[in-house]
Amino acid sequence: MYAYNDFDEAFVRERVAQFRAQVERRINGSLTEDEFRPLRLMNGLYLQLHAYMLRVAVPYGTINPTQMRQLAHIAEAFDKGYGHFTTRQNIQFNWPKLRDLPDILDALAEVQMHAIQTSGNTIRNVTADHFAGAAADEIEDPRPYPELLRQWSTDHPEFQFLPRKFKIAITGSPNDRAVTKAHDIGLRMVRSADGVPGFEVIVGGGLGRTPMVGKVIRGFLPTGELLPYVEAVVSVWNLLGRRDNKYKARIKITVHEHGLDEIRRLVEERFAEIRPSFSGVDPQLLAGFKQHFAGPDLAVRPVDAFDAARRADPAFRSWSDTNLAAHRAADYAIVTISLKKPGATPGDATSAQMRAMARIAETYGHGELRISHEQNVILPHVHKSDLPAVYRALREADLASANVGLVSDIIACPGMDYCALATARSIPVAQEIAERFDALKLDHEIGPLKIKISGCIYACGHHHVGHIGILGLDRAGVENYQITLGGDGTEDMVLGDKTGPGFSYDEISDAVERIVRAYLALRLSQAETFLQAYKRVGLEPFKAALYDREAQADAA
Amino acid sequence: MTRLFTPKVVTANDLLDGDVVWLTEDGRWSRSIHEAELLEDEAHATIRLLLAQSQGRRVVGAYLADARSGEHGPEPVHFREAFRTRGPSNYSHGKQGGI
Ligand code: SF4
Repeated sequence: MYAYNDFDEAFVRERVAQFRAQVERRINGSLTEDEFRPLRLMNGLYLQLHAYMLRVAVPYGTINPTQMRQLAHIAEAFDKGYGHFTTRQNIQFNWPKLRDLPDILDALAEVQMHAIQTSGNTIRNVTADHFAGAAADEIEDPRPYPELLRQWSTDHPEFQFLPRKFKIAITGSPNDRAVTKAHDIGLRMVRSADGVPGFEVIVGGGLGRTPMVGKVIRGFLPTGELLPYVEAVVSVWNLLGRRDNKYKARIKITVHEHGLDEIRRLVEERFAEIRPSFSGVDPQLLAGFKQHFAGPDLAVRPVDAFDAARRADPAFRSWSDTNLAAHRAADYAIVTISLKKPGATPGDATSAQMRAMARIAETYGHGELRISHEQNVILPHVHKSDLPAVYRALREADLASANVGLVSDIIACPGMDYCALATARSIPVAQEIAERFDALKLDHEIGPLKIKISGCIYACGHHHVGHIGILGLDRAGVENYQITLGGDGTEDMVLGDKTGPGFSYDEISDAVERIVRAYLALRLSQAETFLQAYKRVGLEPFKAALYDREAQADAA
Repeated sequence: MTRLFTPKVVTANDLLDGDVVWLTEDGRWSRSIHEAELLEDEAHATIRLLLAQSQGRRVVGAYLADARSGEHGPEPVHFREAFRTRGPSNYSHGKQGGI
């Protein structure tokens, strides 16, 4: 992976030293909160409901075992012994103390991590396909490009005070696992007619208050032209974007108000202007980054142990059915470690679990780890013969839930258990739904199903693109949960349809169970997934299951 | 139409650890809502909030939250404020777990 050069190292250390002085001045009263707030946010420090929260970037979701161990250490030494992995491929610590912050940032800098630009109206941490560099369906490892974008955008003078935050997602595979159509810019690698890799550039996607599916602004962009093109998009938006109204400031609104064709015209114009000044520099840089991401030397060994374990151990077989994905090398697999044990908090890992994952990655995974936006951890390169040992080690760490992509693999934002912006809780809703289906032993029968929960309209839990989306609201001083169905976060992105009136905290799990039972009753066969069935039959049968009293009485 | 003033407490987060605090009648910041001063007069509430907002060296983000009087002193009205008196629901952390 990418390693800091001397410049990066000095930059991050300098920022920590500055922040140490700022914290001191805040505590001794020479800085007011109004003065300090933007400074702490620039360093990823939020004030939440019960405590401060530190958000640490995991750039494009890639993290090594040393870094993972340091996160475990920080969780233990300065927090409550766990961390929360988020849908933005970050990790959040929920209980840091203000005085400890500079030491925590120093500890992060020791392993080349930081919390810069995890907040504010800047270009945020670029998110990437969590299977990058390993997936069988990948055209090229996309990560050199976000690294290029990161270096270009970090502290870029023109882009520190943008109209609003700006999020970019990238995937090197035509099968989109990075929800690129829900980002300000989405980059999806495709091949030109003559087989050359390039990017389909998508613009103006986003969830939140006004959810929009991103639109293709450039069908094919040669990879070498990425930086000037992205800069052209950002600078067109920087000029046109609405600074008068926070809710209309994101580029999705700019695209909506000016029209895609007009934005495309302006971007191409700007692109033509700035492209000449870019030539020569980034191809060299990029070649350097590509070396950093070259990937491990894969072993050639027999895979008999894998097949034997699958025959002998049903639990292993079940886990390997759900938690493995196809690797570009046939003898390898991509392992998804589920942080979704039914009843546990989605995305949380204890220090002991972080250390276990670091150890397993070192022993069996070529020292590589990824964080997925679905709040799980990935071992991208595991030889199939090592999978039984990996599974045993995961079991010992209580990390062997065989539920990836199933009903209990729920995305949930922190919601009103932590988040100061929340209008309702999301974590306990996820816990209860997962426990309920676990008790019913229905998860494998139900098959692929993505439930996504947000605790307010900002939609950090991506509820609009959940097959079943749940949005927690405050209706007259009571938690109320609105359901959407049929959302899809892939390259065919669709926003879910609202079912109708919401449900109370006590009713929401029942409501979800009614939806799932309706699906089981109406699907053509076990091969028809929830999403396929929904596309076939539409909202009505599910509405009936949710709201029709007679239907409920029949089902009871 | 005059809006009826509903009773309030002044609440904020502690500067150093972020823990939820409430302003008491004698001007302390208590970790328990039950010790808070219940403000039943709008003008007085405004004055107390101004006082709280001038204490930026101790607390962050002071605001008025609805409260009612209960057996042990003021109690929260809205569920958000109720969570702030306890902590998160997924772990026994925060006030319910002795921080
Ligand atoms: S969706 Fe809302 S409640 Fe959930 S983390 Fe985002 S801002 Fe907080």
